[in-house]
Amino acid sequence: MFGRLTKDAFIHDMAQNGAVAGMILGAIALIALISYLGRWKWLWREWITTVDPKRIGIMYIVVVLIMFAKGFADAVMMRMQQCVSVGDSFGFLTAEHFQEVFSAHGTTMIFFVAMGVVFGLMNLIVPLQIGARDVAYPFLNALGFWLFAAGGFLTLVSLAVGKFSIAGWLAYPPLSGLEYCPGEGIDYWIWSVQIAGVGSTLSGINFLVTILKMRCPGMTWMKMPIFIWSALCTNILVIFAFPILTATLALLTLDRYLGMHFFTAGGGGNPMMYINLIWAWGHPEVYIIMLPAFGIFSEVVPTFSEKRLFGYVSMVWALVIITVLSYIVWLHHFFTMGASPGVNTFFAITTMLIAIPTGVKLFNWLFTKFRGRVHFASPMLWFFAFVLNFSVAGMTGILLSAPPVDYQVHNSLFLIAHFHGMAIGGVLFGFFAGFTYWFPKFTGFHLDEKLNTYAFWCWFLGFLVAFMPLYMLGFMGATRRLDHYDVASWQSVFISAAVGVLIIFIGASIQLFGLFWSIKNRDKLRSGRDPWNGRTLEWSIPSPPPEYNFAIVPTVDQIDPLWATKRGQGPEQKKEYEDIHMPLNTPAGFFIGAISLIFGFAITWHIYWLAILAFVGIITCLIIRLSGKEVHGNITAEEVQRIEEAATT
Amino acid sequence: MKMSKHPLFYFLLFALLIIIFVLIMQPLSILHFGKSIVMLFPGGEVALKERNLLFIIQALMLIVIVPVYVLTFIFSWIYNANNPKGNYDPDLVDNVTAEYIWWGVPLVMTGIIAALTWHYTYEMDPFKPLPSDKKPLTIQVVALQWKWLFIYPEEKIATVNFIQIPKDRPIHFEITADAPMNSFWIPSLGSQIYAMPKMKTELFLIADQEGDFRGCSANISGEGFSGMTFTTRASTDEAYNKWIETAQKAKNGFTLAEYNKLVAPSSYNPVAIYRLEDPTLFHYVLMKYMEPS
Repeated sequence: MFGRLTKDAFIHDMAQNGAVAGMILGAIALIALISYLGRWKWLWREWITTVDPKRIGIMYIVVVLIMFAKGFADAVMMRMQQCVSVGDSFGFLTAEHFQEVFSAHGTTMIFFVAMGVVFGLMNLIVPLQIGARDVAYPFLNALGFWLFAAGGFLTLVSLAVGKFSIAGWLAYPPLSGLEYCPGEGIDYWIWSVQIAGVGSTLSGINFLVTILKMRCPGMTWMKMPIFIWSALCTNILVIFAFPILTATLALLTLDRYLGMHFFTAGGGGNPMMYINLIWAWGHPEVYIIMLPAFGIFSEVVPTFSEKRLFGYVSMVWALVIITVLSYIVWLHHFFTMGASPGVNTFFAITTMLIAIPTGVKLFNWLFTKFRGRVHFASPMLWFFAFVLNFSVAGMTGILLSAPPVDYQVHNSLFLIAHFHGMAIGGVLFGFFAGFTYWFPKFTGFHLDEKLNTYAFWCWFLGFLVAFMPLYMLGFMGATRRLDHYDVASWQSVFISAAVGVLIIFIGASIQLFGLFWSIKNRDKLRSGRDPWNGRTLEWSIPSPPPEYNFAIVPTVDQIDPLWATKRGQGPEQKKEYEDIHMPLNTPAGFFIGAISLIFGFAITWHIYWLAILAFVGIITCLIIRLSGKEVHGNITAEEVQRIEEAATT
Repeated sequence: MKMSKHPLFYFLLFALLIIIFVLIMQPLSILHFGKSIVMLFPGGEVALKERNLLFIIQALMLIVIVPVYVLTFIFSWIYNANNPKGNYDPDLVDNVTAEYIWWGVPLVMTGIIAALTWHYTYEMDPFKPLPSDKKPLTIQVVALQWKWLFIYPEEKIATVNFIQIPKDRPIHFEITADAPMNSFWIPSLGSQIYAMPKMKTELFLIADQEGDFRGCSANISGEGFSGMTFTTRASTDEAYNKWIETAQKAKNGFTLAEYNKLVAPSSYNPVAIYRLEDPTLFHYVLMKYMEPS
């Protein structure tokens, strides 16, 4: 009846019980709050069933916040364990629990924080910057979000019921095979990543088509904002890379559920195949989360320098070259697997080539400031910190890309320091810059600048204290994923890294507080439609934008169209309001997401009747949705005029 | 929106942090930890070459990084919105010469680093024997759950979590696993390489000084992963030969039966030394996964 699910799955150690209790209490509090405010209907009508990309974008950010809290708690636990678990002391986590924690940390941060940020921002910004009223496939977009959320919540469920994977965020076989990990942990990992991955593919298709087909009149390829170029490249990467992930996970699933031997060492299988496949997805994934950050900085720097982006054409080509190269570098993740020097050299050099377009981007950003007027608002501070961190992380990346150096530092904490420099110093700082920059557009008020600045310094300092020592630890021979070590001299360095995490924690707390503080004081922080003296189309419409974004679809004839208008250039715009067709809300995405969560849970625990039922449910929902006729509503020209006149700000 | 009026404060803070972390903390920590930063003070030729390559590439990279840092500060300073002396020219958005420079310089730098890497990747190929007039000592390595088994096929001994090697003589490691994938790594001596079931990887290392070097697994392999450390003792030929002789007289013989006992998962294994009675063991482990059971 319950497959492999038994009472034991609910028994955990204290730390985990605390987390589960916190989660349940949080959920109860949330439900109570919504009931108290009587907002269930509103929640259902305005949010859960919505197909408006602006709202879906905000929901992505909300899920990211929840997942980030979990991933961050994992990081804190790891650092605390490593502070004390030296010599005769074995810390407060068992080896198995520690391994669950770092696997969950990596999975959460990449799949549910970074990917959520990427698609969240694309939902918010892409339609506005290309002058579109909507995305190409609104329902597909909503479905992508709900599948993403379902995957994320499945990892949260694994906290309360059973165990999570112990095999790291990429679950290399044979460790992740049946022989060594027969339990539910790997299955939780497979299904949460699989469900979210399908969601990502769908969202990728939606945004690619949106950018290809829905740009406003006059916005030709070389007049698109660079953020749109970065989103375009990202979605191309998503579309070509995520199917590899889906297929790889499917093969691993067959190994684990039907006893096949794709990746087991016995029976003719080959684990090295898995490692190649997973990185054939994994390296493009690195750029899937990195390119949007490049895009954000390409918007932030010109705005706060009051100057167009330097070398636009170069920037476009740099993005395209990175996109192409990112497919042919995957082997650099395992130079130490014993490939011939010829193979290693090929992948080393393709990797190094990526440094060229990346360097070009850095110089173009710097020279955007040249003869500009640089304003030190907090998005610009994030950029400053990004340049400093990213060049160091880039340099260590080049070191890692040379196979002989990699033989020494591979899988050491040096590697961890490198990719956290990219992920925090690059992706996260980029996201924070974008978040602060675009926040007023979607809320109508600013985040409190003073609190932003405090949070920034905590993050920057905390990052340096937390990750610079890891380079040193790598040189000292410390490998990643150690729940215990025997070298006493490492301890002080680990403690320093933990202090850094504490400082970052203070920074993140200030940000969270700042968010609520700004909401509370929103009347004092009103921003109007164009608070930063913006350059692109999103700043030409009210904040927050109306449902249809643009009452009059803009016509553009150059890069930075709003800036052109401000300088008295730019083409004649249409004047007449018109009827606007918008897609109707639908609960189908939410239902499919919810049923997918049930499906993932059922199949993880081998509750086959429920899994089959859920699968049929998903198909049924799809059929019902796809056979529906009335999917568009109409907003009349008079109503548009009324809304526009009300929103004079 | 009020924008900050005091970029100077920010600059000083940024500069201070960088100076503290790069120019003060790093040298201080190198002084403080000294030889325990094994990668900077290698114990063998392979590790030494790898460290030197790291230094060379780092130095070349700094040629690009330092200007980026300097320009970041200078431009933000001169062209900050409150500085009346900064020229403002919003139409300066392209310059072909400038762009040739920053496509060109990284291209050249990458070319140099790529050429160096090409050369050294062939030279430092882990499978390639080291140039030496001494015959390499072969040690067969089997990663188990969660300990290292070492077999000296010619000396007819086997050890767990400990090896002794003569200094200045190349060591030829033949590596496989009867466990999830591991990575065999002795940081003081250089290069790591994966230990995988069904596969045989090879690694040539050499120690040019005496000492105890820490070895470990660098790839997560399950519960006892953190405890998969072993000691590599590099000693003089005499001490090494003496150790071999003692080991050959060890009480316990190492046979297939003994191996099968050892395969059972266990963490933090103590050092063990055996006489080797079955010299085909390594081959047996390799073949174990070749055919369906």
